Amino acid sequence: MCASGKIPGIFCRTGAVLLFLTVFAWPGRAQEPDIPVFDFSGIRPFLEQTDDTTYLINFWATWCTPCVEEMPAINEIARKYRDRKLSILLVSLDFPTHIETRVIPFIREHRLIPRVVVLDDPDADRWIREVSSRWSGAIPATLIYRNEKRDFYEKSFTYQELETIVKLKLDQP
Amino acid sequence: MKMNVFILAALFAGQLMYGQGYQAGDKAIDFRLKNVDGKMVSLSEYPDAKGFAVIFTCNSCPYAIAWEDRIIEIDRKYRDKGFPVIAINPNNPEVSPKDSYEDMIIRAREKGFPFPYLFDEKQEVFPVYGAARTPHVYLLVREGSDLVVKYVGAVDDNYRDASQVKEPYLANAIDALLAGREIEKTETRAIGCTIKVKN
Repeated sequence: MCASGKIPGIFCRTGAVLLFLTVFAWPGRAQEPDIPVFDFSGIRPFLEQTDDTTYLINFWATWCTPCVEEMPAINEIARKYRDRKLSILLVSLDFPTHIETRVIPFIREHRLIPRVVVLDDPDADRWIREVSSRWSGAIPATLIYRNEKRDFYEKSFTYQELETIVKLKLDQP
Repeated sequence: MKMNVFILAALFAGQLMYGQGYQAGDKAIDFRLKNVDGKMVSLSEYPDAKGFAVIFTCNSCPYAIAWEDRIIEIDRKYRDKGFPVIAINPNNPEVSPKDSYEDMIIRAREKGFPFPYLFDEKQEVFPVYGAARTPHVYLLVREGSDLVVKYVGAVDDNYRDASQVKEPYLANAIDALLAGREIEKTETRAIGCTIKVKN
């Protein structure tokens, strides 16, 4: 069940349905994704969930070739493990001016399942360290955590690599 | 399972990536790389320089492009004070075609780069420095025959808007060196593009 966090149920499946309805359903423009833009304080709650769900937070951008290349693997994980306690958030570092022209077309083209938000916070030196002391700032970067156990990767994944670590987290007692 | 162990080992190696490369206080190597004008350049050819702002950057990364004008400004401001900019493209053009040597020449001409724009063609320099992304700055100072790293990180604290910069990290570091003061921040981080290598 979804534990109470700062944003209760934001990641859990029922919450996701609600979010889908509120965030993704734009009146009059069916299936038009609306992409929220956050500064880091808006992203932080996503990194601090304390229930027994596995959270995968991927930092990416449409202009980042290795990010784009690993996206099908992440999407496939989202599809294959949709019935497990796995929640994926794609944090785009695209410039906010490119949401309509690049981010939304990319989401459509790749039929992305996970939720996408844009992080727009220029003071990167501060928030990069908050995400992980090991992050130099290069993307793609992925944080995978469940409760206190956090793993951070500054690299791009193949499907097999990603599935290995996701399964390990999901199967952890 | 064997495969999984192998993958995990590889992933673990990936996890440890940060913090290898140079940090403030380390001695840096000199290099000899081809400039966009066809000539080979090394730091030893600048006898009058007190130090260098060695910046790993490229043509293709939006963050590198966002900082280009400010890098030009830094070179204009500090070259005559003894701290010229030396830009190095570390990307493999087979992986990142926009970062070919030919495209570097075009970009340098378009922007009128006042500094050398070198090609780390064999990709031997950036791993020694530990550059992880473009742009990635290494401020070096000459101490006798050594080059000592004084600052590693970003140009400043706002990639999007030069007018909104609160802390010009690199300029602050050079100013501190010129004034004989301690550098306040010797390491900063910024979002950037991974350096493109062949797998």
